[in-house]
This record gives sequence, structure tokens and C-alpha cells, in this order.
Amino acid sequence: MSKILIVGEHAEGKLNAGVGKVVAAAQGIGGDIDIVLFGDSLGEVASQAAALDGVAKVCTVERAENAKPMAAILAPQIVEIAKAGYSHVLFPGGTFGKDLAPRVSALLDVQQVSDIMAVHSASSFDRPTYAGNAIVTVEVPAEPMIVATVRLASFTAVGTGGAAAVEAKSVDASLPSHTRYVGLEAQRSDRPDLQSAPKVVSGGRALGSSENFEIIFKLADKMGAGVGASRAAVDSGYVPNDMQVGQTGKIIAPSLYVACGISGAIQHLAGIKDAGTIVAINKDEDAPIFEVADFGLVGDLFQIVPELTEKL
Amino acid sequence: MKVLVSVKRVVDYNVRIQVKSDGSGVVTDGVKHSMNPFDEIAMEEAVRLREKGVVTEIVAVTIGGQKSEETLRTALAFGADRAVHVKEEGDIQPLTAAKALAAVFKKEEGKLFLLGKQAIDDDASQTGQMVAALLDCPQATFASKVEVEGETAKVTREIDSGLETLDIDLPAVVTVDLRLNEPRYLKLPDIMKAKKKPIDAMSFADLGITPGAGLKVTKTSPPPSRSKGVMVKTVDELVEALKSKGLV
Repeated sequence: MSKILIVGEHAEGKLNAGVGKVVAAAQGIGGDIDIVLFGDSLGEVASQAAALDGVAKVCTVERAENAKPMAAILAPQIVEIAKAGYSHVLFPGGTFGKDLAPRVSALLDVQQVSDIMAVHSASSFDRPTYAGNAIVTVEVPAEPMIVATVRLASFTAVGTGGAAAVEAKSVDASLPSHTRYVGLEAQRSDRPDLQSAPKVVSGGRALGSSENFEIIFKLADKMGAGVGASRAAVDSGYVPNDMQVGQTGKIIAPSLYVACGISGAIQHLAGIKDAGTIVAINKDEDAPIFEVADFGLVGDLFQIVPELTEKL
Repeated sequence: MKVLVSVKRVVDYNVRIQVKSDGSGVVTDGVKHSMNPFDEIAMEEAVRLREKGVVTEIVAVTIGGQKSEETLRTALAFGADRAVHVKEEGDIQPLTAAKALAAVFKKEEGKLFLLGKQAIDDDASQTGQMVAALLDCPQATFASKVEVEGETAKVTREIDSGLETLDIDLPAVVTVDLRLNEPRYLKLPDIMKAKKKPIDAMSFADLGITPGAGLKVTKTSPPPSRSKGVMVKTVDELVEALKSKGLV
């Protein structure tokens, strides 16, 4: 039977919501599910993890070096714990897991599975490639261990009616001093974060200038939406790089996506095809964006976008 | 200071991927290939570090078949001084690639290893982190700012909660994100000059690498397709449609 270790992500006394989704993926694999947490003061987080349905045990590893999650510090400790009979080590698929899981895999000398989106068995999973344009089913060697990250958008978090045991653990691993934490600049913006926003409004090259992008911001603010842009708009210098939505930009899955003046290049579509509802506004009725849009409106965005802003 | 940059030949980001009807993979024959866009950013950063006087030599590395040489020539046109081609055909998984890259880095006695944060074909986002683990050195992934000062580097990383800064000792591995820079356009004279720069060829055997058992792809399928939507005539109609779906 599988014995699954989930590495829990947390910050400022709060367990990351993704952990409940990883537990859901682990339930698909089946077996005992333990969560391990690293930090310097874990009381609060440990009880949140223990409440997740289906979790057998929560292990806490408290030491000063674990105050901030740095891959070089955590990986050797995870390896020590994983070697105590675990068949799977799972990580949430955000930047925390993406940074950490491969370091653990390499130390364990196993090939890793990135972004599990479906579980077929304890050793067979689906994962996306080519920015989600091809889904591959992979069979993973079960020995000595399977290390994977879980694509959070593909699973629904388990409930929080559980009461798992919490156990403090000490890990005997020598830790490097070559990596030092300097600080975190939390992104402060009144607008919701592009990658987690339930609604996103994006603008393309048709906006023509960075001043004209203002109408996109206004619509987004009216809707409480995040703001994105096509690569063409970014390349033209209308908006900064970090707003780029697409295969080489951010891959997003909001429930509502409004594309304004975006033709729908393959690169862009790769970034939005998991959106719940796609709205396209474009004056070219043959634009490829209309092939994927749930609602399409042909016309001049400089008239339509302000009108839409007003009528919402 | 010597910098290594790994570059991967991938299907161009503007190509519409076709999954083969028998589910055996995606069509890559006769399809435009380019340097992985994130690796271009890594190359650009290496060149900028040299322009700042921090870096003295840039070595581009690739793993792949004969055609990967084109990608190395692109790297040389960007400004790499020379290149290493680990000539291996077939599907090379991240841990195997990482072992080869770590071996090249050691052999070259590099100080900094720059890699794209992921390749846009397998989207694994593993190789850089694995190289760092194998070298037992620091890693800074998803970098949007790299400042090298003597034997250390300050790297700002784009993480889910914001911008995190790490201070790392060199040698170190840094994987780069979109915001780090904008790669320059290659000029014809540089492309011509690149043809004369040296490429060292070697194999896994030369590096002492034995590819182990890895992930086996048993099926490749297209993602579920979106159903055809409806065209609306007016903004009122659009607002109505969105309201009826409870989206606004």
C-alpha cells in the first residue's frame, strides 16, 4: 500500500490552500497520507493541516533555519524523512513546490513528475506538456520512490473536518549555509493578482499605446478583475513583461476572461484555455480568438470597452 | 568569471501543436524549432553580465541530436564565446540532462549556471534545480534580477507571494523568468561570426552519465476542446449573457 508524504506550504501562520488539493490528489493514489511542515513555529499551521480530511498524521520540523522556505535548506531534511518508508512525496505545484521538488528528486536520484493533473493509479498520472496543448499519460517507476508536484487547478481541496495526530520530529541532516534569505516584497496592488484572480481582462496590440491601455484598467477595476496583456502588447511596450498571458507568460485559469483587441495567437491561447468563460472583443471577425471564445463581439474596442465598463 | 548557459532546441512557441492521431506523441517533424524562449533570456543575461564586466567567458551548452547545433549557433550569435554539444538523440529526461549539465559545469569550473526556468516543450521546470542539487550548490529559481558581487550574488525571484530576494554564494545555479530582461535581436554580422566559433562535442559516456529508468509516456492526447461559442451583436446582449451565467 502507498505511503504518501505531502510537503505542506505555509506562510505567516496560514496553511496554503493548495495543500488541501494535494491531499485530494493523494486520496486518488490511495494509502496513508502524512503531511510534513517545516518552520520555526508551527503550532497554528499544524492544526490547520491536521484538520484536512483524510490525513493520517502531521509531522512538524521546527528549527530556526526553517523559518523561511529555501529549497537548499529544506531538501536534505525532506530526503531524510521520505526515506523512512514513503512511496510518494508530493508537493503543491506553485513556485514553492516547483523550486523544491526537483532538488529533492535529484538527491533521491529519481525522475520527477511535474504537474499531476489526473491520477490513474499509484504510478500512472496525466500531466500537461506544451503549455497544456498536449496531455501525456506517464508511467513512473515506483522504486525507490515517486516524487511529484500537483497541478492545483486540477483538484478540489478536501474538507476540514479531520483531526490527525501532530508529531514533532527532529531531523538529523546537515544544512548548508550558502543560501541566505534577504526578504520578501509582497506584491501590493489594488488589483487582484493576475494568476489567482477569478476574473481577468486583457488587452492586445490593438490598444495601440500604453495610454490607451487605460480603458482596459478601467474595465478591470469595474469588474474587480486582474489585468493581463498579449505578448504583442508587451513587445510593443504598452505594458510590462509581468502582465504577459501566454505560453511564455502566465498560464491562467480564471472563471471569466475578457480578451480585448487580442487576435488569439497560439502563444496566447495556450495561456488561457483553462479559463471558464472566454469573452472576445475584436474588430476582425476572422480573428482566431473567436474560435475559442464563449461569447464574441465584433467591433471597435474603443467604443465597446468603455460602453461595457459603463453598463456593468 | 565563467558563466555556463544551457540552451534547448524546442518546437517554436508560435507553432500550433498537433497530437498524433495514434496518441504516440506530438508532431515535431517538419515543424519550426527555436531556442527555448526562457533560455534566450538566460543567454541575454549572461551577455549583459559580461557587458558589465562581471563575466569574462560565456559557454553555451546543449544536449540533443545533430540539429541542436543550430541552437548552439544561435547562442554563439547572442555572444557565447564557445559551446559544448552533448550529442545524444532521443528523449532525455530532466534528471539525466541535469547530470550531464552538472558534469560539464564541473569540468569547466564554472562560477554561475544560468538556465531558463523551464523548457516550453515538456514544461517540467526541473533541470536547473536538479543541477544545483547535484552540485550541492545554491539555487535561485524564477529570477527577475541578478546582481553579482564578488563571490556572491543577490537574486530576486518571482514567487507566488511576491518578489523574494536570496543572497547566494557562488558557484550557483540561477533559473530565469520572463521579467529578467528582453533578449536582443540578433544581427547578421554576429550570426556570421558565430559560424566560426568553436563547438566541443561530447557524449554521455564521455561525461560518465548512464541514463537510468525514467518516466514512460504511455499516451499523448489533445486537451478537451472548447465548445463553439456564440456571437453577440451588442454590448447589452453581452452584459445580459454574462449576468445570466452569474459572471458579473
